[in-house]
Amino acid sequence: MLKLNCKEASRLLSQAMDQKLTTTQRAALRVHLSACEACTRFGAQLHNLRAAMRKYRD
Amino acid sequence: MSDLASQFNAQRGYLLRVAQLQLRDRDQAEDVVQETLLAALAAEAKFEAKSSVKTWLTGILKHKIVDAIRKKAREPSVSMLQQEAEIDDLDVFFNEHDNDHWETKPAEWRNPERDLEQRQFMQMMDFCLDKLPPNTARVFMLREVMELESDEICQELKITATNLWVILYRARMLLRKCLEQNWFGETPAHG
Repeated sequence: MLKLNCKEASRLLSQAMDQKLTTTQRAALRVHLSACEACTRFGAQLHNLRAAMRKYRD
Repeated sequence: MSDLASQFNAQRGYLLRVAQLQLRDRDQAEDVVQETLLAALAAEAKFEAKSSVKTWLTGILKHKIVDAIRKKAREPSVSMLQQEAEIDDLDVFFNEHDNDHWETKPAEWRNPERDLEQRQFMQMMDFCLDKLPPNTARVFMLREVMELESDEICQELKITATNLWVILYRARMLLRKCLEQNWFGETPAHG
């Protein structure tokens, strides 16, 4: 779990939208994101999606 | 019609839109809204003017929708949900020969806040939601529109937390891909 690839990181980013990750998961994610622009963008998109769904409802 | 009753009725269109989005079934949405308005009238005395009519009705609607989905969950679609949790269609987004890097690097979405204000963007959102597997869309809406917590959804739909995460992950992956292709424009750069 210490070294994540993009597939694993993207899953964790999604999971983080629904529950608090463990300390180990958060640490592994931080390490991955610090070096990965693609996953950082994906993470931002998940937040954009959430905002879009709230807007959609209202 | 009492003043409050006409205020309730004025929200019918809004409630219908939410229910329709959530249930993806016009008849069922109409039924749920009808039940909501009747329940609201029956409990009129409990309505306190300090909360808005819209918020109050949305609260009632939420319960009615959860009931409707729970009923649905007893029908064969549960196993469908299970099946949707098990399909493995997301591997195409990653390159297994390259340590599962993104096959196409996610693009930077410029000015998403501004886009959210646009009617066309919401129409695109509709289009993309419609392309999701139906039960996946329902679960996603429960989480993001009804704002149910994960454990509430698992309880209502009798699915495991792991299945729920897989379903939500799929919904997000497919939605972001759809929006990126049709709205935000795709970067050809390889990630």
